[in-house]
Amino acid sequence: MTAEAPQPPGSQLPEHPDFLWRNPQPKKNYDVVIVGGGGHGLATAHYLAKNHGITSVAVLEKGWLAGGNMARNTTLIRSNYLWDESANIYEHSLKLWEGLEEDLDYPILFSQRGVLNLAHSLQDVRDSVRRVEANKLNGIDAQWVDPDEVKKLCPVVNISEDIRYPVLGATYQPRAGIAKHDYVVWGFARRADTAGIDIIQNCEVTGFVTDGNTVTGVRTTRGDIGAGQVALCAAGHTTTLTDMLGFKTPVQSHPLQALVSELLEPVHPTVVMSNAIHVYVSQAHKGELVMGAGVDSYNGYGQRGAFHIIERQMAAAVELFPVFARAHLLRTWGGIVDVCPDASPIVGRTPYDNLFLNCGWGTGGFKATPGVGWCLADTIANDEPHPYLAPFGLDRFVTGALVDEHGAAAVAH
Amino acid sequence: MQLIECPWCGPREETEFHYGGQAHVAYPADPDALSDEDWAHYVFFRSNTKGRFAERWSHSAGCRRWFNAVRDTATYQFHSFYRVGEQRPATS
Ligand SMILES: Cc1cc2nc3c(=O)[nH]c(=O)nc-3n(C[C@H](O)[C@H](O)[C@H](O)COP(=O)(O)OP(=O)(O)OC[C@H]3O[C@@H](n4cnc5c(N)ncnc54)[C@H](O)[C@@H]3O)c2cc1C
Ligand SMILES: [Zn+2]
Repeated sequence: MTAEAPQPPGSQLPEHPDFLWRNPQPKKNYDVVIVGGGGHGLATAHYLAKNHGITSVAVLEKGWLAGGNMARNTTLIRSNYLWDESANIYEHSLKLWEGLEEDLDYPILFSQRGVLNLAHSLQDVRDSVRRVEANKLNGIDAQWVDPDEVKKLCPVVNISEDIRYPVLGATYQPRAGIAKHDYVVWGFARRADTAGIDIIQNCEVTGFVTDGNTVTGVRTTRGDIGAGQVALCAAGHTTTLTDMLGFKTPVQSHPLQALVSELLEPVHPTVVMSNAIHVYVSQAHKGELVMGAGVDSYNGYGQRGAFHIIERQMAAAVELFPVFARAHLLRTWGGIVDVCPDASPIVGRTPYDNLFLNCGWGTGGFKATPGVGWCLADTIANDEPHPYLAPFGLDRFVTGALVDEHGAAAVAH
Repeated sequence: MQLIECPWCGPREETEFHYGGQAHVAYPADPDALSDEDWAHYVFFRSNTKGRFAERWSHSAGCRRWFNAVRDTATYQFHSFYRVGEQRPATS
């Protein structure tokens, strides 16, 4: 064999790691208790230690580390959102992704293969061009590309004019991409653990100990734990916690499904998303086509969804990528995402002085993992919302200062 | 795919229906008296119950009428279907 011999799919992946963190017993008290051991909770813990020297921190996870949405998402990372508020936080996050492997000293297989957001109607075209210009004004890489350029970037896209939703062009963000989600959380968890932070699995928060407007601790399946400050990073389960605390958040939990095909040779070099026909596709490092759709319409906590959603999404995918018709579906799964009325997250203060909220990332919070972790750690350390998070406070639903990303940012992931 | 029972048409496939979120959210009796916060709660804030949840469905591909249902949001199982204006059935 010569050095140039073709490599089998997956051969560039690192070995399966050894244990990367301790499994400590919970202590009686911590300065900061983070509820939820998904990407957001772990990233917050990492930056609390790294940027602020705060290490009396526990991350409490009811199941296994990052077994929620973090293990179930389709790993698309981009920052081409329309509004300035969103552009700030997602671009901050993208810049962190670009240096994350060095920061965590751990492989995350961040692959900046670019994202195409397809336009299928005149209105799509106008919205897309507007978003490209808005992105440029915010210093975010963005271009409008015509159907021939789409074909060059991703040869398997059907650009025929005769399909039901023809491709009229696309926005293109070259710095967007995918990362290996498991490695991302393992990297954050390993670093947080090394800094002395306790990651406690199989520890469900079942209640709170409060004193007036202060949360003094959390009740868990492993006993009460005292807390100086508390951050809720429980994604789709957030309202089960805020219900216990007696205040409301305007999020609704929905099943969101995804699926993968069998392993294929590289056919899909970039990320393609279509908001109008609602399918998005990338090819994983190993070779599976990874696809997702929109949320199931009803509220749900069951971590599964309805089959007709998958059927519709497959129909759209096969029209857009005719070669997929011969690919076998390997498996499907669902997560529970927390959707906000304005399709933007809620991060910041709550009616309790020392309790911070981080939720409502809906179908698109993976890409925000380092960015929100960084800014939430800063918020906790300084007891003041980080400027990038300030527009995303719970109060915006009363003041009316919504950050309405519905459609505008080609939402969904 | 689930069967959903329209109170007028009987059991039909889930794909014929459209989801309408939480049921029994009444329009404010005295709108002029509402504070900004009250309005926010009326417009944006809905319960997000894990467990049995009273919610609205529309038989959009059938008789196009709205009705209510009690469904468990953890198992997705429907427990009862009833017409708008009727009391939420007692369910244990
Ligand atoms: C199918 C699918 C595809 C997606 N695709 C993308 C994508 O391509 N790009 C993108 O940017 N985003 C995507 N997302 C969204 C993204 O996964 C989420 O927004 C993000 O993971 C949410 O933050 P998190 O990682 O902290 O949540 P999670 O990983 O869900 O973490 C929350 C944790 O809290 C724990 N928890 C809940 N209640 C309690 C309790 N009472 N006590 C203790 N622990 C508790 C849960 O077990 C869970 O582990 C997708 C989501 C899904 C489901
Ligand atoms: Zn009917």
